[in-house]
Amino acid sequence: MIEVKDLRKSFGETEVLKGLSTTIYEKEVVCVIGPSGSGKSTFLRCLNLLEEVTSGHVLIDGTDLTDSSTDINDIRSKVGMVFQHFNLFPHMSVLQNVTIAPQKVKGLSKQEAEDAALPLLEKVGLADKANTYPTSLSGGQKQRVAIARALAMNPNVMLFDEPTSALDPELVGDVLEVMKDLAHEGMTMVVVTHEMGFAKEVGDRVFFIDEGIFMEEGSPEQLFDDPQHERTQSFLSKVL
Amino acid sequence: MYIFSVNHYIEVLPLLLEGLQFTLLITFVGVFLGFVLGAIFGLMRISKNKIVYGIATVYIEVVRGTPLLAQIFFIYFGLPDLLGVSLDKLTASILAIALNAGAYIAEIVRGSVESVEDGQREAGRSLGLSSSQTMRYIIWPQALKRMIPPLGNQFIISLKDTSLFSAIAVTDILYQGRQYASGTFTYFEPYLMVCAMYLIITIPSMVILRRYERRLEKK
Repeated sequence: MIEVKDLRKSFGETEVLKGLSTTIYEKEVVCVIGPSGSGKSTFLRCLNLLEEVTSGHVLIDGTDLTDSSTDINDIRSKVGMVFQHFNLFPHMSVLQNVTIAPQKVKGLSKQEAEDAALPLLEKVGLADKANTYPTSLSGGQKQRVAIARALAMNPNVMLFDEPTSALDPELVGDVLEVMKDLAHEGMTMVVVTHEMGFAKEVGDRVFFIDEGIFMEEGSPEQLFDDPQHERTQSFLSKVL
Repeated sequence: MYIFSVNHYIEVLPLLLEGLQFTLLITFVGVFLGFVLGAIFGLMRISKNKIVYGIATVYIEVVRGTPLLAQIFFIYFGLPDLLGVSLDKLTASILAIALNAGAYIAEIVRGSVESVEDGQREAGRSLGLSSSQTMRYIIWPQALKRMIPPLGNQFIISLKDTSLFSAIAVTDILYQGRQYASGTFTYFEPYLMVCAMYLIITIPSMVILRRYERRLEKK
């Protein structure tokens, strides 16, 4: 469970997040939509403290990330993150990408980490690519490796930062398929996305962020079919 | 014209080969130690801690702002006054190359580490790796690859720089050539051979480097 309390974030003089509060429950799939520059990625990055929080609190399973005594590495190991540009480690094979963190953070042996990694690669449909290097993969394959890499830490929550935005259209489907499977398995997910179809189909709740606040939130049906706020209406009319 | 008097070329060769050993010894050990220093001070230059950053900056600027010849005189003649023990020429030379190359290598290290995309650090940290683990397993190996061409250049520069140590009578290539010249009153042959000696090392180094760079670019 993620609790966000009056989260504020400023870059210099500019306040990007202006007091966000919400609770994301276990096994929930939350999609965050909004225009570019609205703060949706910043919000997501605050959930594992990749961005320092200016004020407010983020609690994951009761542990306050903003508390200086919190072991942030420990929290991060339980919160998987998938980036827009994949950020695979180019000097490591696919298998090494997936096994490095379990070995170094959890202290698994190489063998244990590999035994755990192969089913994950199987799951994302890339078991045959275990020994290739990221440069020879397509964008969609890279992103699926990135998902496997995050899953290898057995996270309680997965954060997705526009996971399909950098992909060629024909490659988006495979990545979304993997994400859907995850959602059906009961993974708690926060997904910043432009894929309204995915949000509609898989999301339990959709947040519409604009100008650093949650303008509107609701079930996909409510938000997409009957948006209340004028800003939501105008945004949806442009993207749907 | 005695340019063609082959004798001089042959006679000077053993002397120069002896000098080559010292030149190579000083260069290899010096640049290796310089790399260790450069890695330490280069990483200090990335530190957010102002004191750590400050120490590294002072070291780098002092070394880069003074001539190597002055540095070797300071180390060889000056330091013994302070320490009360004199350094032998070879130790002083290696120390001078290490300190000198270290400052330039520190900037190479800093630049290479900073050239690794921030997304790499973020990916490492988001998996729960600590900041030092992220440096060690994610950033450093990638930075190291990018360091190799400028490190090779530094190696070549330092190799040539060792010729300055003939000023404190280190028996390197240049010193040996000069000895021969002043003993025989012939100058053309020994100094031509001195230059050739340096080129025998530097040209292949440059060729290998260029090849490596091209391979890196292809990736």
